[in-house]
Amino acid sequence: MAGLRAIGLRNRPAAGTVCRFPEDPGPCLMTTAERIFKSLRRNGLAAIPTVLVIVVLNFFLLKLAPGDAADVMAGESGAATEELMRQLRARFGLDLPVLGQLQAYLGGLAQGSLGFSPRYNMPVTDLILQRLPRTLTLMGFSLSIAIALGLLAGTVMALNAGRWPDRVLSVLTLLLYSVPGFWIGLMLIVLFSIKLGWLPSGGSETIASGRTGFDLFVDRLRHMILPALTLALFYVAVYARLTRAAVMEVAEQDYVRTARAKGLSAFAVGSRHVLRNALLPVTTLAGMHIGGILGGAVVVETVYSWPGLGRLAFEAVLRRDYNVLLGVLLLSSVLVILANMIVDMLQAWLDPRIEVR
Amino acid sequence: MKAGPVDASSPLLDVRDLTIAFGDTVRVRDLSFSVREAETVAIVGESGSGKSLTGLALMRLLPRSARIAGGAMAFMGRDLAVIDEPELRRLRGREIAMIFQEPMTSLNPVLTIGAQIAEVVTLHEGLSRSAARRRAIELLDRVRVPDPARRVDDYPHRLSGGMRQRVMIAMAVACGPRLLIADEPTTALDVTIQAQVLDLLDGLRRDLSMGLILVTHDLGVVGQWADRVVVMYAGTKVEEAPPGPVFADPRHPYTAGLLAASPRVGGGRSYRSGPLPEIPGNIASAVDEAGCSFAPRCPHAIASCRLARPPLVRVGEDRVAACPVVNVAEPAP
Ligand SMILES: Nc1ncnc2c1ncn2[C@@H]1O[C@H](COP(=O)(O)OP(=O)(O)O)[C@@H](O)[C@H]1O
Ligand SMILES: [Mg+2]
Repeated sequence: MAGLRAIGLRNRPAAGTVCRFPEDPGPCLMTTAERIFKSLRRNGLAAIPTVLVIVVLNFFLLKLAPGDAADVMAGESGAATEELMRQLRARFGLDLPVLGQLQAYLGGLAQGSLGFSPRYNMPVTDLILQRLPRTLTLMGFSLSIAIALGLLAGTVMALNAGRWPDRVLSVLTLLLYSVPGFWIGLMLIVLFSIKLGWLPSGGSETIASGRTGFDLFVDRLRHMILPALTLALFYVAVYARLTRAAVMEVAEQDYVRTARAKGLSAFAVGSRHVLRNALLPVTTLAGMHIGGILGGAVVVETVYSWPGLGRLAFEAVLRRDYNVLLGVLLLSSVLVILANMIVDMLQAWLDPRIEVR
Repeated sequence: MKAGPVDASSPLLDVRDLTIAFGDTVRVRDLSFSVREAETVAIVGESGSGKSLTGLALMRLLPRSARIAGGAMAFMGRDLAVIDEPELRRLRGREIAMIFQEPMTSLNPVLTIGAQIAEVVTLHEGLSRSAARRRAIELLDRVRVPDPARRVDDYPHRLSGGMRQRVMIAMAVACGPRLLIADEPTTALDVTIQAQVLDLLDGLRRDLSMGLILVTHDLGVVGQWADRVVVMYAGTKVEEAPPGPVFADPRHPYTAGLLAASPRVGGGRSYRSGPLPEIPGNIASAVDEAGCSFAPRCPHAIASCRLARPPLVRVGEDRVAACPVVNVAEPAP
């Protein structure tokens, strides 16, 4: 009675049953590099029309605002004649009809030029390239802080779910979540610069101090801590809450039980099996936040007089220097698109299931 | 000693009066059984009868809300119920291993199957990366995964359920454990693959002479692969015997009901000879019954069944059952 059950199947190879072993090396055998390349190509092609649309939209939005650079310059000089205004406008192409201006701008763009800034009296490209590294360092530093602290806090919260470390951190993150960035910035200055005198309150390095090498590095780092922290704290809260949820969900998965059944230590299970999977949603969100961080940089750079793109944009608005503003906006959108590409690549690398999308 | 088949040689695993509870709700009560070296013990019973909890308790992998409320699990001179975490980690994956019911979710989706197999041997045998990889390929070959040298770098989502279960088996036997717990290893699989996987497990048991606890709700599986059958109902053992006598002459109404409901072993019945009789009622809330937990569904139940939990009594050579109504008790040894 028992015999008939298995004998017919004994030793028959597994192929031909439901297993889906592909005989042809089709998309199934994509390597990590191929997956990453594929996501890169797809994103890169989609980026070009996106950027164009953004440029045109921004252009018209800015033209809708009253006033131009000539108005502001004339106002500042105090005594501007109609004649001088006309000359200024003609020099910077501000006297052309709007569509003509757009055409000129796009024409310049095609040749890699972002136009000329009447205020700074230099090409916008040069101006932006001067400021870009400062902003990138600040953003990179605060994003690293946000992710590191967020992952740490979130993991601690998840591991202690419902107990006091979780409760305390929950209240703390909720606080960071709801307090505006500029206020945190000002309070940090009050505490660490004014009261304690530990850290500088503004600028990106001590001016004319003649520092070099390691000293200079430390000096710059000290200047960066407060602005980076200000920018980061909100995202610390976001990542902490997300990590908490992700870790708790992953910890319930069957494969985590499998890992424990192997005899792995709690740390090995946590780092190799839980965190690696919990990172997936966190990376997605981190990528989506790059734009927000860039926006936050405007505020933080202003509060800390940090000579970056954000402050440049702020000044450009005050001075109606629309070429500069357009350039900054264009670069911001490129940065956001680039960040998304990087995140996609990161995900293709982290999650092998992403391959045909 | 409590009632149960007695063996002269000391068993590999000896579970005595194991009780598992969620808070005050007892889900497994006073469960005793033993497994000898190279022996296959099948634990059968409907879904919800406490089979998985028993397996998880042996690995000390019970859900956080559950606890071992009593009993002992003697294994290689230790009591699994009380050993500390470091000792436990030394045993898990090396001396005692477990395969789970759901092969689709039991493997980590972001690690290659090779890495997941290698992890065990690196941990317990301190093999180098390359040696562990070679070992993973050997193991994949041993569990008959075709083209193992290429498969070793595959991620789980590329594999069918049957292949994933083979990978789970490779992981479980990687360090040559003394005891393997297979919790419904084939329930989630295609019928055509079930026999292959069970065959594989049986071959490994023989080659490694390891004890095998085969959890299943399919009596058909038992007849071919088990040396002994433990029938569980609502958290208690109601009958234990070798499979032959169980099929020929079940000594508990629940076992008889299971047999009658099984297409392959139910006294010549098959799907063709009409609908299978189901056991009326269900297992829910049976745990809290004062008397025999099967009484509400039992065709033979008499008034006394509902008053006290019937004890397991010896009902023949190497077998026990917990039903005083259908058995005239022989004196326990
Ligand atoms: N995590 C859990 N929380 C609460 N009850 C549970 C949990 N796991 C199992 N149980 C209960 O324990 C009983 C036995 O479950 P289980 O051992 O999984 O049964 P089986 O494996 O025999 O199907 C079931 O009634 C189930 O409701
Ligand atoms: Mg189960």
